[in-house]
Amino acid sequence: MAKAFTTISSRFVPLNIENVDTDQIIPARFLKATTRDGFGKNLFRDWRYENDDETKPKADFILNQPQYSGEILVAAKNFGCGSSREHAAWSIQDYGFNVVVSSFFADIFKNNALNNGVLPVTVSEPFLQNLFSLGNEATLTVNLEAQTITIDATGESESFEINAYKKTCMINGYDDIDYLLSIKEDIINYENSAP
Amino acid sequence: MGKSLFEKIWERHVVKTIEGGPSVLYIDTHFIHEVTSPQAFNGLNKRGIKVFRPKQTVATADHNVPTLNQHLPIKEELSRKQVEALIKNCSEHGVELYGLGHPYQGIVHVIGPELGITQPGMTIVCGDSHTSTHGAFGAIAFGIGTSEVEMVLSTQCLLHSKPKLMRIIVEGELNKGVVSKDIVLYILSKISASGATGYAVEFAGSAIRSLSMEARMTICNMSIEMGGRCGLIAPDETTFNYIKGRKFAPQDFDKAVAEWKQLYSDADAVFDKEYHFDAADIQPMITYGTNPGMGIPVTGTIPTTETINETDKSGLNKSLAYMGLEQGAPIKGQKVDYVFIGSCTNSRIEDLRMVAAFVKGKQKASDVEVWIVPGSKQVEAQAKAEGIDKVFEEAGFVLRQPGCSACLGMNEDKIPAGKYCISTSNRNFEGRQGAGARTLLASPLTAAVAAITGKVGDVREWPL
Repeated sequence: MAKAFTTISSRFVPLNIENVDTDQIIPARFLKATTRDGFGKNLFRDWRYENDDETKPKADFILNQPQYSGEILVAAKNFGCGSSREHAAWSIQDYGFNVVVSSFFADIFKNNALNNGVLPVTVSEPFLQNLFSLGNEATLTVNLEAQTITIDATGESESFEINAYKKTCMINGYDDIDYLLSIKEDIINYENSAP
Repeated sequence: MGKSLFEKIWERHVVKTIEGGPSVLYIDTHFIHEVTSPQAFNGLNKRGIKVFRPKQTVATADHNVPTLNQHLPIKEELSRKQVEALIKNCSEHGVELYGLGHPYQGIVHVIGPELGITQPGMTIVCGDSHTSTHGAFGAIAFGIGTSEVEMVLSTQCLLHSKPKLMRIIVEGELNKGVVSKDIVLYILSKISASGATGYAVEFAGSAIRSLSMEARMTICNMSIEMGGRCGLIAPDETTFNYIKGRKFAPQDFDKAVAEWKQLYSDADAVFDKEYHFDAADIQPMITYGTNPGMGIPVTGTIPTTETINETDKSGLNKSLAYMGLEQGAPIKGQKVDYVFIGSCTNSRIEDLRMVAAFVKGKQKASDVEVWIVPGSKQVEAQAKAEGIDKVFEEAGFVLRQPGCSACLGMNEDKIPAGKYCISTSNRNFEGRQGAGARTLLASPLTAAVAAITGKVGDVREWPL
């Protein structure tokens, strides 16, 4: 059961890098846990620290710039490509992001995010570039019910797609396993009738 | 209207479709490994339920395992704990485990096909993006996240929306020295690392048909590097002959083949997108950047801001700074420090045979470290039976033990920061082979050239 999601208004962290792969989001050497907790501290580990040393943050990396904060991560196109590791979604969520905005998401990452109550919001490339041009004070409102993302200061807004089923799940905090377990009869019938 | 191969398999596996939402897709075979399954088993245990169809689940340990001295306990504590958790979970839930020490252990995408578990017409998933490999048999096979692993363990089903359909046709005869890895790196260089996102990709055409199963697996393996949901190739005699006689091949083989023969895209099947490539245009390929779409012929020059495609333009300087390479420079002659031949892309017996045939009678360059890692215990045994290990030994290489090894920098086999590794694996992302490691993706032949010369070279300059 994920946390129910409604509307989020927040500042955002702009990560203007394309093709961010899941090895960057969470390097493989941190995948050795057997629980889902505590991945946030290693989010973007090798972009965040010199030589893997937490006492040496890389000043030019966006997560190390305290003027940028918020529950929304805004990233350039093809975010989350590569490995299927769900640890990428866990680390993003554990760090404190509840929304990721990009003009294009890799498929598996998108599913993993949705399955953890992190909302992937796909916007047009011009809208994305507009977000990157805003200052660190700007706030965005993401309204899942209305399927809109709005720049609060100017009112500029765009709508985003999400399938109706996933939307209901996100809003109510349902998860797919509950649903699948509820239709077990259908699954058994399928097995008995399959060629 | 005719149906595509993908649609024929998909439609047979839909349990039901949710209005305005995804379909409930039945999964025939579920492979699991130690890294992406523990949290899923925790989920089942928390709900107090058991694996729904344990006989349709197969486990192995591959990502974390050392590739030397596998008879000893795993040194690294967290890796050892993850492997122990897999043993415990499989035992508690009645799942067959081909773990360390088992004669079937190996990389999950190598053992499925070689045991005959992977068959045409199936739906196959695993918590690993390179599950697309199994599509080479004409199956729908794709990688999933851990929440989805939990869904399949608990219900043998997943919720998925039907992807769009793409067909990539490669016609003609391959040039000398060009192998399937070059085909897929070439396609990637043309359509980019996101070119197939949202699509199921069928590979077709005479150049694809001419390939062995091992070679087809290399191509489908890297369909995820284009962003593809899955990659698949229609089964044919090559497929049937490969499966015949394998451990888990169907008992009534002729009946199975008769059904498999229906699995092809009808002549009037419609694809949302189609690409045509000419095999004659493909040369031995290598990557220079930090995504698998950043590839060039080994005889080519690294693109410049002016010559690079739009997709990779903004990332070019960042990539080259990481790689320590220059715009416009030739890649041939580039010094390499490590050679890694292995991974679910290129660690099958045919790959090792190809490398052995090339290095026989030659000597390893003195300033290069060479790691050759078989994909499975069966590949290892076969290589030894054929004397391939001796050929490697005489050349100065060591045939290690099976595992994911240096493909992903999470076991003991890591490339040190700043070092160049020519690798037959699938990803050249920053830090993929170890923090700061610099990866050049290439075919086993091109990797073998580097093992002998210590440099990026053109295999066509050697007698083949």
